[in-house]
Amino acid sequence: MHAEIKAPDTAGRINFARLASMREAGLIVIILALCIAMSFASPHFLTWGNFRAMLMSFSIEGIVVVGMTILLIVGGIDLSVGSVVCFSMVVSGALFLAGLDPWTASLIGIGTSALIGAAMGFFVTVVGLNHFITSLAAMVIVRGLCLVITKGTPLSLFSLPPEFKAIGQGSLHGLPYVIIIFVVVVAIFDFLLRRATAFRKVFYTGSNEKAAQFSGIKTKQVKFWVTVLCSTLAGLAGVIYMARFGAATPTFGAGMELNIIAAAVIGGASLNGGSGTIFGAILGMALLSVVTSSLILLDVSVYWQDMIKGCILLAAVSIDHFLHRKKS
Amino acid sequence: MTETPILEIRGLSKAFGPVKALSDVQFELKRGEIHALCGENGAGKSTLMNMIAGVLQPDRGEILIDGTSVSIPSPAAAQRLGVALVHQEIALCQDATVAENIYMAAINARRAPLMNFQKLYADAQKVMDLLAPIPVRTKVADLSISSQQLVEIAKALTLDCKVLMLDEPTAALTENEAQRLFAIVRGLRDRGISVVYISHRMAEIFSLCDRVTVFRDGHYVATDPIAKSSPDDVVRKMVGREITQLYPDKLAQEPGHKLLSVEGLSDGDRFSGVNLELRAGEILGIGGLIGAGRSEIAQSICGLRPVMSGTVALDRQSLRISSYSDAVKAGLVYLSEDRKGSGVFLDMSIAANVSALDLGKLTGSLGLLDRKAEDNQATDLTRRLGVRMAGIDAKVSTLSGGNQQKVAIAKQLSIDPKVIIMDEPTRGIDVGAKVEIHRLLRQLAAKGTGIVVISSELPELIGLCDRVIVVREGRIAGELGADALGEEAIIMLASGVQNSSNQEKQAQNVT
Repeated sequence: MHAEIKAPDTAGRINFARLASMREAGLIVIILALCIAMSFASPHFLTWGNFRAMLMSFSIEGIVVVGMTILLIVGGIDLSVGSVVCFSMVVSGALFLAGLDPWTASLIGIGTSALIGAAMGFFVTVVGLNHFITSLAAMVIVRGLCLVITKGTPLSLFSLPPEFKAIGQGSLHGLPYVIIIFVVVVAIFDFLLRRATAFRKVFYTGSNEKAAQFSGIKTKQVKFWVTVLCSTLAGLAGVIYMARFGAATPTFGAGMELNIIAAAVIGGASLNGGSGTIFGAILGMALLSVVTSSLILLDVSVYWQDMIKGCILLAAVSIDHFLHRKKS
Repeated sequence: MTETPILEIRGLSKAFGPVKALSDVQFELKRGEIHALCGENGAGKSTLMNMIAGVLQPDRGEILIDGTSVSIPSPAAAQRLGVALVHQEIALCQDATVAENIYMAAINARRAPLMNFQKLYADAQKVMDLLAPIPVRTKVADLSISSQQLVEIAKALTLDCKVLMLDEPTAALTENEAQRLFAIVRGLRDRGISVVYISHRMAEIFSLCDRVTVFRDGHYVATDPIAKSSPDDVVRKMVGREITQLYPDKLAQEPGHKLLSVEGLSDGDRFSGVNLELRAGEILGIGGLIGAGRSEIAQSICGLRPVMSGTVALDRQSLRISSYSDAVKAGLVYLSEDRKGSGVFLDMSIAANVSALDLGKLTGSLGLLDRKAEDNQATDLTRRLGVRMAGIDAKVSTLSGGNQQKVAIAKQLSIDPKVIIMDEPTRGIDVGAKVEIHRLLRQLAAKGTGIVVISSELPELIGLCDRVIVVREGRIAGELGADALGEEAIIMLASGVQNSSNQEKQAQNVT
């Protein structure tokens, strides 16, 4: 009597499996296609120099994308990451200039970034505000703090010791440390997100918060710690940027949050929570980066770049929506 | 009346991908009749309703209204043809008032730039009062599920329709509300409106409807006048086999030791002075009207809601429960009445759903999840419960309601609980799955797991439980043993129509 139930199950399952792998496979195909097309269009594209530049350009942002993706999975969002990246940079830089050694200064920079995350987590879980508004306020407040600390002028950090600058500028056998750190962070969190019990709770909470509570999961704790994690990773990125640029600019990172959210969403994270992968988000970031690089090599005016990135975001989300609608 | 039927379906088929939802079905609705449409979940009832209401388009076949073949490309087109559908799932604007919801279609069609709220509220209240005295200025989000269901029905009543289709309208209603709804449906029939009535509850169908049509697996089975049919007959046609015994045998011997005892439980708000006791081997039922505080009591026992005073003891050991995870650790679990809202993770795999309650058990020393153990657990439990699925990796959203509920129960069983409190364990699931779940509960009880079942369905309380306590307005109104169990007795206690001295006597029996 239940033969009819079996049939849709099988069909549904195949579709789901196909959809899940399609997202990442699809992105890879698009990125490869773009690369091949570009290699014909520009002799400079298929060079190690260009690839290194592309990897460098998204490696540090990629660390922030990791935190954002996990936060999106739990059903949150963080608009303050750009400000927090800058804050970590400015605090570490100011402490270094005040005489602290750069490593301690950086740890404090990352620590204070985590505190900003904790403050946002407090407002979200205890006061009960939503992530969007809380992080919007934090974005403005933290940007203000950066301006207050630096009195509005960039801090010049040329005196940073070379072994610290190496984090951002040096390389190991030709492979920049920045890229190594990025790969390690991505590998660790991608693994944990798939395998660790603590991160499974993130999926439960984002998928259905009520059901998670009814399964004995302390969803507020989960949301709090994920918020802290996202800010902490932004803080880490800020310190690496400082090492790379040898300066701390109080306006750095403005608008970065949108790029990062776009990358995560192109990579399959849902703003409704419950789904997303770090690998996908990094592919999303890579796609945006390849497009930017291509536009530069093709001599397209920089004024067009944002518009084109916006269109890609819209296309990715539309395709996703279309596929989901078809499925149900 | 030998005239043409108001609605006729001829040879309608609909497939979703490779799955045939309906094959070549027929249906005929006479003017001014209440026509029951029966079938298990997945039989194609909702698909048919959605095609008549313009939500879905048929692949083949004809829909005739008043003898004329029509195409219904959209819900608006259905409304113009005089066809209204009340969905089983509530689809109201939660942040708008009851009145705004009731007149949504009318407001949408209005030309005037400004709203006339005075008239809107007055008109809406008139319609609403036909069903229940719900103030129409209330926000829908502030209403209980059953009240929202009534608003949904009121909304359909405002449409000037010839054909009204009700998809399980009583699933979330109490007995009293349901009775009032029946009176209204009969009133509509007498005004010449034809009603298609979908329900799983045989008692309703046989007291309300004129004819009954049965679907099975997307096929038309039969149409019979109610007077010449019987509930057994209909159920047999629905499942295509004899269901010899709808409910499993009750406990034959005396129940064993005390598994759960609750004394003087109060939350200072919804309920107070609740005492109850559950013994090994028995299934305890909790009856009462929706809103009487049954779910609140159950959730408070399990630490899902705060408690002011009272004690809970499990297996003779007093429990200190400050959160639900404490209760889970002690072996006391709660199955939510709202399956999709708080019971399962629809877009997660079956395996992940089953393991949600106790991840610690599946976690190795490094904090990593043991996937193999998770899969084994899910395989074992889904097999034990007979979950029909493509595999444990399938998402729960791909399962039928009954199988989703089995997954939710598998989650509870994953921790080997001492006591499970189940809130409406069979709401909205088909007869076959219902029977299986009832059997399962009886097996669990026989093996020593304490089972408490909260239900709004009187036949379920009477057929399944060994003993039933009835809650009224946050207090235990009385207890009924096996010999006293009956629909009338439960309704009397639940609604408080019995004289008060009698009730107190019964309340004392409990304490």
